[in-house]
Amino acid sequence: MAEYEFDTEGVKKTFTFMNRKAPYGTVYALEVLETVLISAAFEQHANIVFVDDGVYQLKAGHDTSEIGMKNFSPTFGIIEMEKEDADEDEDIDMVWRILVEKESMEARGLTEDDFKVEIEVVSAAELADILDASDCVIGG
Amino acid sequence: MKFGILINEGPFTHQASDTAYHFTKAALEKGHEVPRVFFYYDGVNNANKFSAPQADDRNLVKLWGELAAEKNVDLVVCVAAGLRRGIDDDSLADGFRISGLGQLVEAGMGCDRLMMFGD
Repeated sequence: MAEYEFDTEGVKKTFTFMNRKAPYGTVYALEVLETVLISAAFEQHANIVFVDDGVYQLKAGHDTSEIGMKNFSPTFGIIEMEKEDADEDEDIDMVWRILVEKESMEARGLTEDDFKVEIEVVSAAELADILDASDCVIGG
Repeated sequence: MKFGILINEGPFTHQASDTAYHFTKAALEKGHEVPRVFFYYDGVNNANKFSAPQADDRNLVKLWGELAAEKNVDLVVCVAAGLRRGIDDDSLADGFRISGLGQLVEAGMGCDRLMMFGD
């Protein structure tokens, strides 16, 4: 179990985080977010993508009081802050995008106004190009 | 080529860990490098030393450990995901170590490809 030492000095990659699942039926949503937050420490570019039932993760007004689960949606506020820091601070060479797939959003009767953070809407075709241009895709 | 591996599922309910194991073995046999395998979500259960499948079935926990020892693969279990599921120093199988999610990001940064095995 030798610990491997990667040489990551000066490496800048684009990570795409795929959120495909509804927020509380499985643990994937919560644990993907933990990875997104850690990646900020490495100053990597990130696309945080919401598709399929994953679009529900961003819906404003989560109330988990009757299902006995932790409401993790405040974490999206932290992600939005990280993105704003990256956008505004010239010393941070990091581009973060929060992306919602149009088709998934519309199929579920949602609009941009339903989400708790500011997002970009992209079509499935645009998303395919974004995935193609990514170095690493991580999801759950 | 240098491959990083991410395993998202546990050893039995899903095939992901089996497929990842065979991929890793095949890649190494072809002369590629697989410096690190990262276990996340229920994938951390691949490191549970108390896993005891029936004798006529494969034992993935053991297989991963043996592959790591033989080929010097760094098997890393996410600490937060592990603690949620009872994987700690007392339950960790031989060949694995526990560390943080930064080790996954590093593998993505340092490898040519990051392969994700899940649902």
